[in-house]
Amino acid sequence: MSVALPVGTYGIAFGATAVANGFSVIQASLFSLLLFSGASQFAVVGVMGAGGSALSAITTGSLLGFRNGLYSMRMKPILNVQGIRKIFAAHITIDESTGVAISQEPRGEAAMRYGFWATGIGVFIFWNLFTLLGAFGAQALGNPSAWGLDAAVPAAFLGLVWPRLIDKQSKLIAISAVAMALILTPVAPAGVPIIATVLLAIFFGWKPKA
Amino acid sequence: MSAMWVATLVSSLICYILKYLGYAIPESFLANPRVQRINTLIPIVLLSALVGVQAITNKSEIVFDQRIAGVAVAVIALKFKAPFPVVIFSAAITSAAIYNWL
Repeated sequence: MSVALPVGTYGIAFGATAVANGFSVIQASLFSLLLFSGASQFAVVGVMGAGGSALSAITTGSLLGFRNGLYSMRMKPILNVQGIRKIFAAHITIDESTGVAISQEPRGEAAMRYGFWATGIGVFIFWNLFTLLGAFGAQALGNPSAWGLDAAVPAAFLGLVWPRLIDKQSKLIAISAVAMALILTPVAPAGVPIIATVLLAIFFGWKPKA
Repeated sequence: MSAMWVATLVSSLICYILKYLGYAIPESFLANPRVQRINTLIPIVLLSALVGVQAITNKSEIVFDQRIAGVAVAVIALKFKAPFPVVIFSAAITSAAIYNWL
């Protein structure tokens, strides 16, 4: 449950962001039902909202979805799922379910499995309910600027990245990424300035930290 | 089909495939330390870039408006370890106040 409340507010923020960026309530809900990975969802609607093409939005969302594949690899030997359970397990393999499962490691694999399924299913339900709420709410509000939604969107991205800025290097990388995206904005097609920052990730991640 | 629909459905499909791949492929494939390091940094660069683009640009121009003030307040809230709803609301209220009354 301690995971569910923040998830609810992120869900509202996502639903509102999607609608503020021109998506319909149905599309916002489909993102949460089918894509079901917060950062990727925010990124897709964020890139489209900034005027980017579908291709650049999909690329950005997919790059952020890559880490879920790494989580799946981590969970595979613990869950040991086959068939239909594997299909469902894959869908709910996200930051929260994997995080809770790993936190249960000292208590054994059964506790890890329980943590994974309980968190994944719980977050799925909350995330979808609150997405719908946020999407309808934003639709009812009208002009996004008059309600501050235009600032709530970058603030939501900031809230997502903030916990990842754990040391000097990550802060430096974050600031470099902002600078690079802003410098490229007037000269590159919309969406490209965001994707281009992956070059920074490759550059800084190429060699182990000194 | 509109670009919005393409983005919604294709990104959902690709992101699901990425999740499924981890269960389907041999474990060593993505375990490369370099891949792992770069993968840790990808959310940092993309999300940071999105903060910048969503706060300070409009179409292909750099624009300074009420959004900056909202994000600045969000930074302060995060520095004080405020929970997520407080961060979002303080940003929204600040930006809306400036937009409506200044």
